Amino acid sequence: MPPPADRPALDRAARVRAHIEESILPPLVALVIAAVVGDILIIIFGQSPGDVYRQLLEGTWGNAYGFGQVIYKATTLTFTGLAVALGIRAGLFNIGAESQLASGGFAAALVGLAMPHGTPGGLAVVACVLAAAAGGGVVGAIPGALKARFGASEVIVTIMLNFVVLALLNYIVAAHIHVSETLHTPEINAGALPRLAAVFAVFSGSAANTTFLLALAAAGGVWWFLFRTRPGYELRAVGLQPDAAEYGGVRVGTVWAKTMMLSGMLAGLGGLNYVLGYKHYYEEGFAAGSGFLGIAVALVGRNHPVGVVVAALLFATLSQGGLAVNALVPKQMVDVLTAVVIIAVATAVPEVRRALVAARRSAGIGTPGTGNGEPGTVTPRGASVPGSPFPGARLRRADSSTPDSRR
Amino acid sequence: MIAFLIQTLRIAVPYLFAAAGGIISERAGIIALTLEGFMLTGAFCAALGSYYSGSALVGIVAGIAGGLLAALLHALATIRYRADQVVVGIAMNLLAVGVTRFFLRLAFDSSSNSPRIPGFGGGQVRSGVLSSLANPLVWLGILSMFAVGWLLYRTPFGLRVRAAGEKPDAALSVGVPVRRVRWLAVAVSGGCAALAGSYLALDQHQFTDGMTAGRGFIALAAVIFGKWDPKRVTIACLLFAAAETMQIRLQSLQLIPSQFVEMIPYVLTIVALAGVVGRAVQPAALGKAVD
Repeated sequence: MPPPADRPALDRAARVRAHIEESILPPLVALVIAAVVGDILIIIFGQSPGDVYRQLLEGTWGNAYGFGQVIYKATTLTFTGLAVALGIRAGLFNIGAESQLASGGFAAALVGLAMPHGTPGGLAVVACVLAAAAGGGVVGAIPGALKARFGASEVIVTIMLNFVVLALLNYIVAAHIHVSETLHTPEINAGALPRLAAVFAVFSGSAANTTFLLALAAAGGVWWFLFRTRPGYELRAVGLQPDAAEYGGVRVGTVWAKTMMLSGMLAGLGGLNYVLGYKHYYEEGFAAGSGFLGIAVALVGRNHPVGVVVAALLFATLSQGGLAVNALVPKQMVDVLTAVVIIAVATAVPEVRRALVAARRSAGIGTPGTGNGEPGTVTPRGASVPGSPFPGARLRRADSSTPDSRR
Repeated sequence: MIAFLIQTLRIAVPYLFAAAGGIISERAGIIALTLEGFMLTGAFCAALGSYYSGSALVGIVAGIAGGLLAALLHALATIRYRADQVVVGIAMNLLAVGVTRFFLRLAFDSSSNSPRIPGFGGGQVRSGVLSSLANPLVWLGILSMFAVGWLLYRTPFGLRVRAAGEKPDAALSVGVPVRRVRWLAVAVSGGCAALAGSYLALDQHQFTDGMTAGRGFIALAAVIFGKWDPKRVTIACLLFAAAETMQIRLQSLQLIPSQFVEMIPYVLTIVALAGVVGRAVQPAALGKAVD
């Protein structure tokens, strides 16, 4: 699709409408597809979709315990979602959130164990937070450095590193510091964060804890970093057009390396939710699935921190809801739905956007952005980048490879 | 010694199958992250087919059909709709886990495994040389790599596959139907990976939840470590399988923790990707969509 030859200046209202259409409609189409698949599965199992969805909502948002569990799960997913989203903004695909999360949790548990009983709470928490960030950051830095130095595909390296790191952690825990007959470490001596149940009694029993405030702070921090700082601007520029960024004086390799490290740190912080907030120890496999779900969260959240928080709540609801409906349909239905949502978003978003652009052009209205609906603007004002979920080199196509005008 | 080689071969068969499919897919420009999912789907469908028909051969056919179905979905999303291959690939693996679990509950009312199914060989028992040699899939697995080498370097289709993965634009300009070639390549990879899965299910005489246990990723590691070349990939598969065999045989001695043996394929792959000498360089258009 060639870029439109001329782009008449849009009045503000039309631009806002177009923007809203482009950011809301495609995910909506994807969710409808997922809902249809869900209905089919439910009917195959001989249940009524209405009943299942009602049960799903009641078991999650309908009572304090379910809601607490949703918050707990959404907290981890916010961290891994932010980690993946940050990488994608720089054109990098961090599939290692799984092991970065585990490594962060492990580091936090180690520090929590090393500190003596009675360490002042604030100090202990700060130490654990730093440890988690460092633990995830180290694992994230390896693929970043290999990509920057040797051009090694970060996709493959992060996948392979997942297996390596998890096997290594399993070995350390199993061989050296596990509580006998279990797969977890002893409880940490200091640094535990209070659960929500300690403040609001209604949440009793649920795992929700004050780490969710940290997750919100991290989302705010990522937003500020991406859209209000110079390194964040460089990061997005690299994601949209590495060559153009390089030409503009950005050291692309350095940005890649730093971004992967930051991404790993964000994922690592997610480990606090389990280690400091919930169980107070590191356990083999606590991170299972959260890293991959982070990809779904980033994708549905359009790689925007606000979107990531919303998407984290959505997937946490699905995940907890699966347990709530398990009596009616197998909870594995939720795994299927999650995968369908990812495929549908990845497929429908560019497709619907192309259709929108075509429709608008035939109606004689100009479109913001390039031909395939990628408003590839890197405005210093920090506009969001709603285009394809994967800006940058990997998805460069003929029609999106021209750097768009900086209006 | 013979027993060691046979056991290595038994472990290597699924790697050979899946890696053979992975080579074709990656050489055509489609990232083979999905091998794991195709394998799992194939294993489950093979178990279904074998259980309901009572014949292991029908199981193989059903397994291939399942793998093809999954591959077609992947091709539809990534080739027809040009969705990102990595995203869809990851999702396909999640989908395979979810779908097999869902239908495991539906078909066998179990969340862990299927009932015993007709298969090849003596089941769980580490049976002797003969039973392995009687398993047609073992032979087919060895053959698959030769077949891929022949297909890739000795046939027009292979030339087109390599063109589609290296210079799709140039291939298009001389009339190669790049997208159709990629569709076929993904289908072949789905079928091959499904055979790997079928082998697992029929060899163990049942389907268990998540029974592929990362073997698809080890196959992918072998493809990369073997630099996308059938001969080297075969060696990589045998090497990884031999390491596993050693680990199983030396388990009682506790020489090396099993976790370190598990790491070998992955560490070698990372080293190969980052290697200063003889680095693995992927097909130029790997992962890039074609209009």
